[in-house]
Amino acid sequence: MLNKLRITHVFVTDQDEALDFYVGKLGLEVADDIDLGHMRWLTVRVPGDDPERVILLEKPGPPAMDAKTAEQVRELIAKGASGFTLGFTTDDARKTYDEFKAKGVELTDGPTEQPYGIDFGGRDPFGNHFRVSQPLTA
Amino acid sequence: MSLAVEQSNRRMLRARDAMDRAYTEALDVPALARIAHVCPAHFIRTFRATFGETPHRYLQRRRVERAMYLLRETELTVTEVCMQVGFSSLGTFSRTFRDILGESPSAYRKRAVPSVVPACFGMAYLRPASFLDKPRASAIASVNPC
Repeated sequence: MLNKLRITHVFVTDQDEALDFYVGKLGLEVADDIDLGHMRWLTVRVPGDDPERVILLEKPGPPAMDAKTAEQVRELIAKGASGFTLGFTTDDARKTYDEFKAKGVELTDGPTEQPYGIDFGGRDPFGNHFRVSQPLTA
Repeated sequence: MSLAVEQSNRRMLRARDAMDRAYTEALDVPALARIAHVCPAHFIRTFRATFGETPHRYLQRRRVERAMYLLRETELTVTEVCMQVGFSSLGTFSRTFRDILGESPSAYRKRAVPSVVPACFGMAYLRPASFLDKPRASAIASVNPC
């Protein structure tokens, strides 16, 4: 039986740019940044969240996939075809939206009142769609 | 070449996001083309090559999806729904709705059941494919620079 979701991933085409975005703008913190030789194991997490729950910022490319495949992956992500990638929560969606906007984050919609709370969406520099919601308090 | 495609896709996505955000406004191809950093004619061709439909058709399907949502989840009249999703004439709204769904807004309202899908997924997954659309042989042979 499984007992935890520990690692999820998003494909990023440039890991330094990904750090600037996810840490510098969204306010996540680096969990691991390790040169494994064949790849840079780069993970981030939400400060205060379960420290083991991390997002792997994975760069598509050799040797894990051939150059042509990596090119196709990058092209698909750039047109938004990675779909919904990451969903975060916040205590104050409107304030977080304003903070992200001031930092130049590309925001696609919101903040909007939904049956489940207030939420908004945006894109990372590569085209991945993330959402932030302020859940209704019970 | 790939980097060029990647950058072009990313810019087209930015323009598509703008349409999803401002679907109540008139389709402003020059403004969208500016977001995508291309000239208007090039924008229409490249958008279609990227997403498989023209910006005009994308916007129509977005508006019809939003109209379906309002018909389903609210008590607004058909005319109010028409205006709220960016159509300026009831005739165009009804015709476009019927072209895409094969039924009138009021017929849809009668059979529709409220959806519990979060809005962001609704916008992605409930945007209707046209019942008239035929699969296109891989579109857009050549794109002329402009």
